[in-house]
Amino acid sequence: MTAEIGQLALILALLLALVQGAATLWGAWRVDPVMMAVGRSASLLQLLFVGLAFCSLATAYALNDFSVSLVAQHSNSTQPLVYRLGATWGSHEGSMLLWVLILALYGAAVAIFGGTLRQTLQARVLGVQGIVAAAFLGFLFFTSNPFTRLFPVPPDGAELNPILQDPGLVFHPPVLYTGYVGLSMAFSFAIAALIEGRVDAGWARWVRPWVLVAWIFLTVGIAMGSLWAYYTLGWGGWWYWDPVENASFMPWLLATALLHSSLVLERRGALISWTILLAILAFSLSMVGTFLVRSGVLTSVHAFAVDSRRGVYILAVIAVMTGSALSLFAWRASTLRTGALFMILSRESGVVLNNLFLLVATGVVFTGTFYPVFLDAMNLEKVSVGPPWFKIVFTPFAVPLLLLVVIGPMLNWRRDELGALWRRVRWPAGLAGAALVIAALFVGLGHVFTACGVGLGVWLVAGSLMVLARRWRIGEAGLADIRRLVRSTPLAVWGLVLAHAGLGVLTLGVTGMTSWQTNKVLTMVPGQSVTLAGKTITLDTVQSAPGPNYEATAARFNVSSRFGERALTSERRVFPVSQTHTTVAAIGLGLFGNTYISIGDPNPDGSLVVRMWDHPLVDWIWGGGLIMALGGAVSLTDRGLRVGAANRVPQPLPAAAQAASA
Amino acid sequence: MRRLLFLMPVIAFMLVAAAFLAGLGRDPSKLPSTLIGKSLPAFNLPPVRAGDVGLKSQDLSSGQPALLNVFASWCVSCRVEHPMLLELKAEGVPVQGLDWKDEAADGARYLAQNGDPYTLVGNDRTGRAGIDLGVAGVPETFVVDRKGQVRYKHIGPIAPEDWVRTIKPLLDRLRAES
Repeated sequence: MTAEIGQLALILALLLALVQGAATLWGAWRVDPVMMAVGRSASLLQLLFVGLAFCSLATAYALNDFSVSLVAQHSNSTQPLVYRLGATWGSHEGSMLLWVLILALYGAAVAIFGGTLRQTLQARVLGVQGIVAAAFLGFLFFTSNPFTRLFPVPPDGAELNPILQDPGLVFHPPVLYTGYVGLSMAFSFAIAALIEGRVDAGWARWVRPWVLVAWIFLTVGIAMGSLWAYYTLGWGGWWYWDPVENASFMPWLLATALLHSSLVLERRGALISWTILLAILAFSLSMVGTFLVRSGVLTSVHAFAVDSRRGVYILAVIAVMTGSALSLFAWRASTLRTGALFMILSRESGVVLNNLFLLVATGVVFTGTFYPVFLDAMNLEKVSVGPPWFKIVFTPFAVPLLLLVVIGPMLNWRRDELGALWRRVRWPAGLAGAALVIAALFVGLGHVFTACGVGLGVWLVAGSLMVLARRWRIGEAGLADIRRLVRSTPLAVWGLVLAHAGLGVLTLGVTGMTSWQTNKVLTMVPGQSVTLAGKTITLDTVQSAPGPNYEATAARFNVSSRFGERALTSERRVFPVSQTHTTVAAIGLGLFGNTYISIGDPNPDGSLVVRMWDHPLVDWIWGGGLIMALGGAVSLTDRGLRVGAANRVPQPLPAAAQAASA
Repeated sequence: MRRLLFLMPVIAFMLVAAAFLAGLGRDPSKLPSTLIGKSLPAFNLPPVRAGDVGLKSQDLSSGQPALLNVFASWCVSCRVEHPMLLELKAEGVPVQGLDWKDEAADGARYLAQNGDPYTLVGNDRTGRAGIDLGVAGVPETFVVDRKGQVRYKHIGPIAPEDWVRTIKPLLDRLRAES
């Protein structure tokens, strides 16, 4: 029965989304409060029914209802309950259902919390959300119905891909999707603003928290995906420039740009049309990300079922959504008020530069990802570009951007002077320079990139802390004053410092990992020892260890270093149902680096192929990412960001306002 | 002028969408290889490990059907495919390796870490042999008959079902051919 309930709920949700879109847009146009109220209720009901559909599917998984084709394909009665539930979004259909569920949540949030918005703006935002929801519910219903029944009913199901049977899977997609779909809010607000022909600080104040929420979830989601790849793929890589990773990275880059430009819009009333354009592009890239994984346009390890009918549908959705959004932009944006004036050297310019670098970086990733598609379209030889290409092309844009991260917050709004700027950044610059020189002496001149990486990381961390030091007037003010200044520091500033310093920690991690990684591969027998990066690693025992739905070979290692001893276990698991195996690497975590050991199949003579790595500073990569996300979260709790805060509309300068708008 | 500026995004988008549409019609895993039915283009590649013999196109016309697997150390899908290749080796299927757009040292390290399923391995650092072969990405696998003619091209990792349903039957047929 549950499948039929889910099916029915899905159809009702689709109809409600259509009602939501039509009623709100019509109501906003005719300024009809009744129609707008109907639209608001429709969005709440839509959430209810999508939620019901999702629960039905989850129930089918939990109860091992193999008459539902999706359950039979992705779940097995021996799978632990948590992975049966996780399998709800482990398939294409299920993950799309999760996608629309999150979309409905955001829509309902506008309906519930949007009371302080201008009523027509709220209605139009809901209208766009409704249209997006209808498009994706239609996609789900017509091309990827999760509730299709299977007859005859199989006695047991196939298995969820073992590599996905991991705590990472349970959390990674929901977190990432919350980020992806969160950008739909920026999109809806942008379209609504274009229809209204009005963008003001109040608009920016409403959009910014949503972008920030999306950005936080994207950051955490990407970090989790990277971490998951690190420990499951069995060789310790943390970023592959795989199309699907790029698909999440591109919206992240644009969300970062949007976060900064909307700040300028809120504070200074500048960069209006630019912010609108970024909002449209960011969500479009979210949709492209969805398209990419499912259409089979590109091959990737992550690819779900490849079905070109789905690809055509999603491409049509993107073409209509993004196409009409950009057309609306072309038609209406030139009529929007142009922003306030600012000088070449000012914080506004800093943000413009930041945005340009982020946009170009996104363009680089986009080009690299879709290069094969473009070449193919022009009937040229298909060529794919690998990580080496990305490293060479991405870095030249990333480095100036990282330099700018520290300079931006040091700049004054509207205008600034080079000499004053230098006085503000000389401390971090000096520290970074010193770090660079020391690192260069330490690693030798042949490793100039390593030294630069260290310098850059120190620059970011020191420069971010300098924001606090400046604010607290350390070195000038008395202790009592400083204490008062510390207490009065807004949470938004703490957020900025954390996010930027986190980027520095991440930079140091990447530098350490790419520069000083060492590894060994050898055949070992129990009792044998080997040294790696100053640690002595001994293979203690090799045993078989049965799991709930797999058989494992477990090897116990003893790792001893100056700091003590620890026992680590590496496993190789064979899943009999799907005849696949996975590697569970033994990872000895450490603040300054991990020991990473993975084992191969045991040889008949009892020996074992063992691969071991020393990964210096690798945890700093995810640590940095999490610090950045934490910065976002701290910023989100700032009063100034709270929705419905008093309206402060900055006055644009009357003269020559045109020249400043980007 | 300002209007024109605002038109730029939509124009750029239309171009990209057109490229996607063109890309959709083609299944990336079913690139028609122009080589099918033809002899392998000539190549003579250096080895990835100093002291090995490398890989020449003639090595694939040695009288028995074989697989030519294109891989790279930077390719994630290749790592996914690798256990399958090791299994094929264990079954006695001759697999030749072409290390594409890769430094020889990286290729050698990759094989040392993951095991070496190949009879012979050649390093195509510049991707030149890859161009002649029409390599679109990695991994790709060519099925070559005993006379060195390409009979089939598989794009992406070889999944167990690809092996059972397509490649193994084809190899059996080729072995039976005189």
